[in-house]
Amino acid sequence: MTQSTKIAVAMSGGVDSSTAAAILARENCGSAETRNTVVGLTLQLWDQTRLKGKHGIADAPRAGRCCSLDDVYDARRVAEQLDIPYYVVNQEERFERDVVRPFVNEYLTGRTPIPCSLCNNHIKFDQLLKTARCVGAERIATGHYAVNEYDPARRRWILKRPADLAKDQTYFLFGLTQEQLARTLFPLGHMTKPQVREAARKHGLMLAEKPDSQEICFVPGGDYKQFITAYLEEQGETTPETAGELVTANGEVIGRHAGVHNFTVGQRKGLGVSSASPLYVINIDAGRRRVTVGADAELATRTLRARYLNWISIAELAGPMRVKVKIRHRHEPAWATLEPGESDEAVANFDEPQRAVTPGQAAVFYDGDEVLGGGWIV
Amino acid sequence: MRRVYCDANATTPLLPEVMAAMRPYWMEEFGNASSIHLQGQKARKAVDYAREALAGFFHCREAEVVFNSGGTEGDNTAIFGILRAGDHFITTSIEHSAVLRAADRMAERRVDVTLVAPSKDGLIDPEEIRRAIGLSESRRTLVSVMLANNETGVLQPVEEIGRIAEEAGAYFHIDAVQGAGKVEFDVRRFRCHMCSISAHKMHGPKGVGAMYVRRGTPLEPLIVGGSHERRQRAGTENVPGIVGLGKAVEMAMAGIEDGTMERIAQLRGQLETGILAIPGTRVNGGRAPRVANTTNIHFEQLEGEALVIALDLKGIAVSGGSACHSGSTEPSHVLMAMGLDKNAARASLRFSLLKTATDEDVDQILRVVPEAVKHLRALAPEAAVTLG
Repeated sequence: MTQSTKIAVAMSGGVDSSTAAAILARENCGSAETRNTVVGLTLQLWDQTRLKGKHGIADAPRAGRCCSLDDVYDARRVAEQLDIPYYVVNQEERFERDVVRPFVNEYLTGRTPIPCSLCNNHIKFDQLLKTARCVGAERIATGHYAVNEYDPARRRWILKRPADLAKDQTYFLFGLTQEQLARTLFPLGHMTKPQVREAARKHGLMLAEKPDSQEICFVPGGDYKQFITAYLEEQGETTPETAGELVTANGEVIGRHAGVHNFTVGQRKGLGVSSASPLYVINIDAGRRRVTVGADAELATRTLRARYLNWISIAELAGPMRVKVKIRHRHEPAWATLEPGESDEAVANFDEPQRAVTPGQAAVFYDGDEVLGGGWIV
Repeated sequence: MRRVYCDANATTPLLPEVMAAMRPYWMEEFGNASSIHLQGQKARKAVDYAREALAGFFHCREAEVVFNSGGTEGDNTAIFGILRAGDHFITTSIEHSAVLRAADRMAERRVDVTLVAPSKDGLIDPEEIRRAIGLSESRRTLVSVMLANNETGVLQPVEEIGRIAEEAGAYFHIDAVQGAGKVEFDVRRFRCHMCSISAHKMHGPKGVGAMYVRRGTPLEPLIVGGSHERRQRAGTENVPGIVGLGKAVEMAMAGIEDGTMERIAQLRGQLETGILAIPGTRVNGGRAPRVANTTNIHFEQLEGEALVIALDLKGIAVSGGSACHSGSTEPSHVLMAMGLDKNAARASLRFSLLKTATDEDVDQILRVVPEAVKHLRALAPEAAVTLG
């Protein structure tokens, strides 16, 4: 038993990470010398009772979400069953600073953030790796559906789409560095979700039938507008005044709105105006507090710009490349030509116009099954 | 791997004598102490003998001993049982959550709560208590102060506070959970009306404790039902637990007399000397009088949580803050009240020796800790700085 085979598994109390832990603790045994030593870690990221009673947020936190006591309990029960050491690590301050606060700020500036990617970049694959090394584990494992492997020819770590494309989480992992990829195991990458549940049953995990979590872990009931108001209230801040005009693409004022953070590009409901044909949010101009609405056809865009780029299978983007681009979690990647843009940006020109390119979301570039890299949509 | 348990302030194992004393009361002498028949009488006798031991421990009458489920119940009973809307509650910002959360609830119920802060050495100044009592005017006042702090081991000047409370006609409760069994103990000298202790902090069983309630104290019971414990605490007596507590306090009294605590103090000294040889370390509360078994050490440039985990995986059990936060670590409210910032509080660890600790235990700790600290500091030199 040497230090190099000690693996820290990030355990959320869900089926995926629990099964990942079970597989590492019980299956990848190898010989006695190379046997894995597995340590379970749960990151305590957010106190689910923190905003209760504020601005209509329910008193009782719901079960089945990240960091609820129920989930920590479930994770601990799995660790007990697997007979591995298990610890809860508090990262609440860092999570608030690097994920929650930027999430709120993005909405207030008319953008639509993805907290999961921020969490992966700043917490799971950064802080967790540091904590893991502190306890003598050189590698971490998570329950993400993704594949990583080293390509000696390119001398790079490659991130690839998993066996179960319906569960593909590579979109949220585009920010991983070479160092992080080298130190991470994705034990579920070659499995489908049904196979994962089957493995969970095989290992007798009592949470094998636990439903998947879908919502943003720190937003109770999924109402992010309510969350933003309650959070700012708790911070002793007033929600910035971002109410303004609702206009058409021609600049015609057709109504007023209560604040830019209530909108996301492509949104149809809750616009507060009636119209003969359906209206959608086309653009949000936070500076002028203007929300532009229009017909579905006006949502189509041929070009996007992405910034804060991270490259995985290439060192940098030297010239134009044919890629597929994914612009939101549930988007079918679309063909585009990618080329370097100004000031560390990249520009993707789609073959076919894409609906609702949304500032604040990630644009992830795929070369076949490989994640070339990605960035944040400007 | 030989493990060293150095977290006695969280809990302690039973001494063999305690286990032996309790053993007959699970299966053979299982009676209900309230029953009339022989089985009941045997259980009653065991409870009465334990009460006698507790009375000797507290230095009070047997009728002034109330058995309960432990320290939290004792603290809650004293606070909820005395205070009513409009009263004044004075306590300190370094108390256990069993007192502080009860104070929160009292505040919600229109009791005026005053929290007294400690000095940077972790000591409560009795004059601050006097000043707080001055704010009471004619209101009924309860003062609650701990005998020894669970995180730093600092002994509070309860005798002086007791004198001040007595002069002012205030009720005085001592949370003695951490001090009991480690120092000379006498409720008459402390001049308190109530005092709470817990068995499992002194090599007794978990889930049982006792409270001294001075005769004539208008304490309303927290738990009502049958007429157990002179109607002060309802519920069938936990006979094996009470027997274990009785034996544990006897052993504790003997341990204070036979030089055990001096031996532990010497071991604590060796431990501190060894750890303080690591650069960037200091003792929190080290200049105040302390119980013999506890030392709380600030390791600069370190995340205490990571060190606790690393040490655990290397066979050393210690604690970061207090252990009562559902497995997750918050920065210690005690250390923050002493003026440490969040990073320094998070970078602090508590070592608390068992009465059965040996030189070998301390040697093993000192073989592991310096190396682990060096390793962690090399990995994350920025950790303590970038947090928060």
